[in-house]
Amino acid sequence: MYAYDEIDRTLVNERVSEFRDQVKRRLSGELTEDEFKILRLQNGVYLQLHAYMFRVAIPYGTLATNQMRALAHVARKYDRGYGHFTTRQNIQFNWIKLAELPDALADLAKVGIHAMQTSGNNMRNVTSDQWAGVAPGEIEDPRIWSELIRQHTTLHPEFSFLPRKFKIAITASDHDRAAIRIHDIGLRLIKNERGETGFEVLVGGGLGRTPFIAKTIKHFVHGRDILSYIEAILRVYNQYGRRDNIYKARIKILVHELGIEKFSREVEDEWQQIRNSSLQLDDEMIEDIRSRFTYPAYEKLPHMPDELRQAAADPDFEAWRKNSVAPHKVQGYSIVTISLKPTGGPPGDATAEQMDALADLADKYSFGEIRVGHEQNLALPHVAKRDLPALWKALDKLGLATPNVNLITDIIACPGLDYCSLANARSIPIAQELTRRFANHELANLIGRLHINISGCINACGHHHVGHIGILGVEKNGEEVYQITIGGRADENAALGTLIGPGVKFDEVADVVEDIVEAYLALRERPEELFMDTVKRLGVEPFKERVYATR
Amino acid sequence: MTSPLEQKKIRIAGPSVVTANRTWDGIVVYRTAGKSWSAELSEAAIVRNSDEAKALLAEAVADDVGAIGPYIAPVQIGDDGKVLPGNLREQIRRTGVTIGQPAQI
Repeated sequence: MYAYDEIDRTLVNERVSEFRDQVKRRLSGELTEDEFKILRLQNGVYLQLHAYMFRVAIPYGTLATNQMRALAHVARKYDRGYGHFTTRQNIQFNWIKLAELPDALADLAKVGIHAMQTSGNNMRNVTSDQWAGVAPGEIEDPRIWSELIRQHTTLHPEFSFLPRKFKIAITASDHDRAAIRIHDIGLRLIKNERGETGFEVLVGGGLGRTPFIAKTIKHFVHGRDILSYIEAILRVYNQYGRRDNIYKARIKILVHELGIEKFSREVEDEWQQIRNSSLQLDDEMIEDIRSRFTYPAYEKLPHMPDELRQAAADPDFEAWRKNSVAPHKVQGYSIVTISLKPTGGPPGDATAEQMDALADLADKYSFGEIRVGHEQNLALPHVAKRDLPALWKALDKLGLATPNVNLITDIIACPGLDYCSLANARSIPIAQELTRRFANHELANLIGRLHINISGCINACGHHHVGHIGILGVEKNGEEVYQITIGGRADENAALGTLIGPGVKFDEVADVVEDIVEAYLALRERPEELFMDTVKRLGVEPFKERVYATR
Repeated sequence: MTSPLEQKKIRIAGPSVVTANRTWDGIVVYRTAGKSWSAELSEAAIVRNSDEAKALLAEAVADDVGAIGPYIAPVQIGDDGKVLPGNLREQIRRTGVTIGQPAQI
């Protein structure tokens, strides 16, 4: 966990007071909506279909249990008893009242949570691997660097009025769980030949109307230079990024139009002017941040405790363990992913009761720490293997032990037309139907790793472009129509999916997915060949033929 | 921000209402003939041509403290005179999400 200092606490508290005054002036009519809109957006407050929506940041996906309880409290006291975990390590509350928002923010500030820069054309929540600090083989904990960047960019005047929103993600593992290649800046933590920490820097990734996979702009930037290099990128973006057309304002468009070579030259020129400035990090600064992250006092535990050996006789426990439990860097411990994708449930939602209970379980079994991943699931990062059977029983009682992580029902979905004012079509009911169709875990395991991503409009909050199967809802002649892509992925081999054909109606989407899955099962060369491998080997044609032969 | 009145020429294809979200709590509201807002679609002022729509919208926009983001939305009038939302988006705004909320599952 990271411990905020007095500067952080003062900043968060002052922000609450400032917003309280702004809300008061808005409600009295002293501020018009035009004047107020940018202020509320800078505090994570959107207006959606039914109500205001309040987005709270969970920096690099790390939550302490008192913070989780505060989120539960906000859900219960100011909302309708639940929250929605997003694809960028935030949580959203869907029914918040503007008049009560300052109180909700004040309650969150008591535990160091805020909503700064969760909206608006500024630097958004810096995200990272939800397994940061515990993943085997990780180069070092990427959250140290995430926190450095978070501190540098929070309320930075030069980054507060960018042409468009700006998102950074960091990973330190070979397997990219942070989807860095679909971010404005993606940072891959690496070591150079001298063993020094630095980053491969990628730029210009993003989805939405014009999707791009990020390109490498520099193969190695030393850790001490990372702030100046990021600042150089942002200065070039601030100078040349388009402000006249919202659809062409993201940095991905600038990188695409200038070309990565010219863009990188511009950044290099800018960087050379600022790299040896106060932006250069010295070891003391880095160590100061590092020292504020505390790690559990792990026990020396056996690799295979008796409790785990005995529980293995229970097939339900084993199904969950094999699916949701991952190796930890410390022997005797595991990382447990908690699926927020129950059969028939909205992906990523958790009730206040579940949040409170999870906080209790994290205190009991995970050194008081919870993680949030971009796949809209949670994780307990430090669970002793001997505790896995007891944890599983407790999670099962809460409806949080669905063994479907990375399987076909572990669906990423945006809120869609049920909540979002931008959406053209519903996402959640499609996800719900698919979780019912593939509720049989034996079938889901037979299919193997398969990610479905659903977006309710071209803004692509459900990351449909990078779903193994991507589903995009559009509106055509007053009806919801869904376009299907296959072959996308968000990991270290990120790729955009290919459209397989004309859109299909709401009621047909689950049938089409079934057809694609049946085609895959028939076409794969062996059970170990994953869906993505089959698509890569054969292309989209066999799937297209299967889907449209009878339609 | 461009005023809704300036965004485009207002044309309506059938009976319509002006809807927005109430400022203090964000709930869906409809402009009434009595120059106020109601949470009930049945109490909304119905406009049937562009001039009426433009006038009602102008009045709604002027009440910036009462509600935000006003726009013209289509409605259908049933045989019994009942006012119904004119499309799925407005149906969802009126009756709520089409999914079970997790607290209810």
